[in-house]
Amino acid sequence: MFMFEKAVVGSRRYWAWIGVLLAVILTGGLCYLRQLQVGLGITGLSRDVMWGLYIAQFTFLVGVAASAVMVVLPYYLHDWKAFGRITVLGEFLAISAVSMCGLFIFVDMGQPMRVLNVLLYPTPTSMMFWDMVSLTGYLLLNAVIALVTLTAEEKGVAPPGWIRPVIILSIPWAISIHTVTAFLYSGLPGRSFWLTALLAPRFLASAFSSGPALLILLTMAMRRLTGFDAGREATEKLSLIVTYAMLINVFFVLVEVFTVFYSRIPEHMAHFEFLFVGLHGHAPLAVWMWTSVVLAAGSLALLLTPRFRSNEKTLALACGMVFLSLWIDKGLGLIVGGFVPSPLGHVTSYVPTAPEIGITLAIWAVGLLMITVFYKIALSVREGLAG
Amino acid sequence: MTLDRRTFLGAVGLSALAVAGRAAVASLATAPEREGGARRWGMVIDPQMCLKAEGCTDCIAACDKAHNVPHLPVRAHEVRWIWREPFENAFPDQASRYTAELLRGKPVLVFCNHCDNPPCVRVCPTQATWRRADGIVMMDWHRCIGCRYCVAACPYGSRSFNWVDPRPYIRPLSLEFPTRTKGVVEKCNFCEERLAKGERPACVAACRQKVLTFGDLNDPGSEVRELLRSRYAIRRKPELGTEPAVYYLV
Repeated sequence: MFMFEKAVVGSRRYWAWIGVLLAVILTGGLCYLRQLQVGLGITGLSRDVMWGLYIAQFTFLVGVAASAVMVVLPYYLHDWKAFGRITVLGEFLAISAVSMCGLFIFVDMGQPMRVLNVLLYPTPTSMMFWDMVSLTGYLLLNAVIALVTLTAEEKGVAPPGWIRPVIILSIPWAISIHTVTAFLYSGLPGRSFWLTALLAPRFLASAFSSGPALLILLTMAMRRLTGFDAGREATEKLSLIVTYAMLINVFFVLVEVFTVFYSRIPEHMAHFEFLFVGLHGHAPLAVWMWTSVVLAAGSLALLLTPRFRSNEKTLALACGMVFLSLWIDKGLGLIVGGFVPSPLGHVTSYVPTAPEIGITLAIWAVGLLMITVFYKIALSVREGLAG
Repeated sequence: MTLDRRTFLGAVGLSALAVAGRAAVASLATAPEREGGARRWGMVIDPQMCLKAEGCTDCIAACDKAHNVPHLPVRAHEVRWIWREPFENAFPDQASRYTAELLRGKPVLVFCNHCDNPPCVRVCPTQATWRRADGIVMMDWHRCIGCRYCVAACPYGSRSFNWVDPRPYIRPLSLEFPTRTKGVVEKCNFCEERLAKGERPACVAACRQKVLTFGDLNDPGSEVRELLRSRYAIRRKPELGTEPAVYYLV
């Protein structure tokens, strides 16, 4: 089935890595059983901070998934041959990221066994319904595209003609998944941190920066571990995309900061104050948020200098900084920051608990396992062709 | 006049489309009910009257007892239907440095506003919360998947989530009303179970100060309308367009 036989042969190192991932998944699985039994009370969430690490990871990973469009669009619409070797890797990254999104939503449900009620009572007024529609569609699109193109590659033939319109459809679809995810937050009255039309554009900019940055890091790791070479040109073009998207993202954030602090509307300022300096003595995220700022500035300094951008070591460093900075921004600050202060003005700290972190790590491990297996298959196909 | 089959079928099709279109437009353009329409339940609160018996929690106790509201030991996990919130928290846009000392820092009763345009209903992905024709925003605890989107959407903080199993924390247990399970959202239901029997809400019945007045906002002769006619009343965050049905006399 779908060339999975290629994923069960591997070196000792390969199996050791798989073993580590499985151990993390098992540990998190046990934490989840506990959560299933006791309830979401085992997390650090509270009546004020309703969503935390799970939903924040979901939001961040929708971005990673959407970013596949940054290799698919240039390759299929503009015929950038340089991306020929990595397009399928982008699609596999998208499949893994969307799967993680689904898992993060699932573990956040208070009544997970009822989750199919979303299908049983479809509700077009709810953005969560549309998010489910767009994410499921995106997963199917990418699964079909990756399967068909890789199978054709294995057989040494051109992919069938009907796949092209499917690929073209996946491009606006990628934009839609992150737009709808932003709409989950930006349409809520009384949550002034999210109530900004800039949220969806900001989501897209940060996604198109963090996703390709991760892809660069993954291809670098693959070259070191397996000898697969994405090609110098592909890396260069990806690094340009990371640079522009990061610049636009930082610009958007600064625009937001101007509007909030020049207007001086207290309700709007309070959330930024909580994140960066703390409110009423609660500043659980200040260290993180400033780290994110420093990493963003540092990464831009590296990326904007051609010498550093073309040097593999400094590029890897810059990509790591971009990824970490945006993970903090979206994977920690954006969700929690929207809940504090609460509509009643309460300031509540949120610190994830150990089981909550265990479950989160397990889902990341599931994603990494999927990426590992998919990339192994893709590489085996190509080695088979070369050999 | 003769009609051939084709013209006839065409006309039928167009008429069907027109009817469907009209229904769709009508459903989109539904305005909140006005005078002479169906019943529209609402509440008027007199906070200053309430302060005359500061420390009294009769209404809260009556509600908690009637609805099996649990008393959880951790604040983070608290479940509340009706409770007291400092004036500045309930009305952040009304508080000023010189707010009458009568009200500053003083507790005000808050609960679900049963809005005309409830954001919680709009966002729920399973229609587990919905608005009845008489204005009551309802909850189906057997359909709720516990995503807490409604809690995020409520601009009043009126909704609570069951982070753990509430049953060990319910004292005394009432057999008249269902208990909830862990993982679902709950809130004030304007005592729809008592209204169905022709009784007033539990909080209203329990108050000895006549702080809470409940009635039909669509009936010009009702007690609530009489109060709103004779005294100035404010609502929480009216600028959001949610149109709360709970009024506070000032």
